[in-house]
Amino acid sequence: MDHDHYSDAYIGSILTEVKTVAIIGASANEARPSYFVMKYLLNKGFEVTPVNPGQAGKEILGQMTCASLAELPGPVDMVDIFRASAAVPGITDEILAMQTLPKVVWMQLTVRDDESAAQLEERGIRVVMDRCPKIEFGRLSHEIGWAGINSKTLSSRKPQLGNGFQSFGIRK
Amino acid sequence: MSQRIPGFETLAIHSGAQPDPATGARITPIYQTTAYVFNDTDHAASLFGLQAFGNIYTRIMNPTQAVLEERLAALEGGTAALAVASGHAAQMLVFHTIMTSGDNFISARRLYGGSINQFGHSFKNFGWEVRWADVDKPETISSQIDERTKAIFIESFANPAGFVTDIEAMAKIAHDHGIPLIVDNTMASPYLVRPIEHGADIVVRSLTKFLGGHGNSMGGVIVDGGTFDWSASDKYPMLSKPRDEYAGVVLHETFGNFAFAIACRVLGLRDLGPAIAPMNAFLILTGIETLALRMQRHCDNALAVAKHLKAHPKVEWVEYSGLEDHHNHALMKRYSPKGSGSVFTFGVKGGYEAGVKFVEGVEIISHLANIGDTRTLVIHPASTTHRQLTDEQRALAGAGNDVVRLSIGIENVDDIIADIDQALDKA
Ligand SMILES: Cc1ncc(COP(=O)(O)O)c(C=O)c1O
Repeated sequence: MDHDHYSDAYIGSILTEVKTVAIIGASANEARPSYFVMKYLLNKGFEVTPVNPGQAGKEILGQMTCASLAELPGPVDMVDIFRASAAVPGITDEILAMQTLPKVVWMQLTVRDDESAAQLEERGIRVVMDRCPKIEFGRLSHEIGWAGINSKTLSSRKPQLGNGFQSFGIRK
Repeated sequence: MSQRIPGFETLAIHSGAQPDPATGARITPIYQTTAYVFNDTDHAASLFGLQAFGNIYTRIMNPTQAVLEERLAALEGGTAALAVASGHAAQMLVFHTIMTSGDNFISARRLYGGSINQFGHSFKNFGWEVRWADVDKPETISSQIDERTKAIFIESFANPAGFVTDIEAMAKIAHDHGIPLIVDNTMASPYLVRPIEHGADIVVRSLTKFLGGHGNSMGGVIVDGGTFDWSASDKYPMLSKPRDEYAGVVLHETFGNFAFAIACRVLGLRDLGPAIAPMNAFLILTGIETLALRMQRHCDNALAVAKHLKAHPKVEWVEYSGLEDHHNHALMKRYSPKGSGSVFTFGVKGGYEAGVKFVEGVEIISHLANIGDTRTLVIHPASTTHRQLTDEQRALAGAGNDVVRLSIGIENVDDIIADIDQALDKA
């Protein structure tokens, strides 16, 4: 996998196949980017479990927070990492110790660790680094264009409508 | 996992514009509405809190405008864009986002006259100081930069004579001092020059000119290059510090490499208010679809007219960078190999009187204050825009008594030349 350039097909297949997500570093502070992302993913129909030892046992956006990946109530399709790159090797060990491995490990903007990525990929886990799933979902659904942002996509086909007003989905 | 990168002409037609999902309308509708119905209060809260993408109120965003914005971001090679009511509004919002009272910025002296007024007079009321510099003498820029200097501003092709500026050299000076380079790309258009590829961090432009291209709509845009690190210093608190009006959100941290465009929208446009009309956004979008064809014809016609004028007995001089013996020609070729733009100046023999007679003698060429129309346009600055100045001041501003400025259109070039010739006969 070329981690400098992901194709839209690669990102799109991940965002349409994944149903359940654990967000490591989810914040209860509504001004934090992790809160933005969690709220957006919930709105798009993903099941999200926040992971944050400081918030363990409390709810964020109505979802019960776990202290660690080991304490997740069940398997998840994707682990989304909202922590500095330096924390990624430790988190990778935790992921590889999970009973059921996730299909995808996603690292947020500025988060990247190529050695960890190689370890995860060796176990068949797909990896995305230095990207934001909210931005990528917005880009591929084309919602992000409503904010004047360059989606870098062109299409003359029908956009996939989501629920309610002003909501698009990603075409499979 | 490389993907095909679409060409400029394809982006100019398709970027931002999907078919309407409800009706299949292929052309972007004119969303002539001021507001948008929320699903519920939570949806409303997400939109107001910047947590969801979507429209709230047309002073801040509109779906027709959004297609225009994405298309301009794509054409300039930026991460995002914000379209506003005019080129001047774009400049105001850019500076509002980076300046506070007591700050200064460096601007090229070679500039559109309206920008000289905006920077030199109106901005004073905000406590923003402009420091004029000579872009051909970079030391006049560096020597004026201090800890309150927030940016360098230049035009890619400078109004009125259309000289190209060495964008890469300007970007280096800006970045060596930890400040962004802002380029007004009005006169070149992204078909000829994409300043972000040469190191510019922000592009502003009047859409009123070549982008709309038909002289029918006012508009302006800010394009975010996504290249500048707003958090590297404390100079740009609108981007790098928590914003009280958004519950403590830090825009750069939250929106990454398109934070500048977002800040201009959710702080500047929201509070200062110069929104573009949806109808104008629509007309400009239509204009952009033919930008590549028009711009090439503009350039080809301009070169033919400039060569003709150069050989004309009633013409004293021609300032067009497309002419091979022009002092700006080598730099122009480097930045804009496809053409040298369509706006340039020439001198009529006989000074002020001859200049007046020329502009009053044209038939199909329009005597008016604008550039970048399908029609050929002419103005005699000394008797119009620069009338109030002394002879010396006019000469310094490049608007001497014999100066005539042309904006060559896309009519049949023989007809443009014939009209010029008959008007020169009368001059
Ligand atoms: C180079 C340049 N920049 C900015 C502007 C201002 O644009 P607007 O008239 O759309 O406010 C103009 C207008 O003539 C211009 O020529």
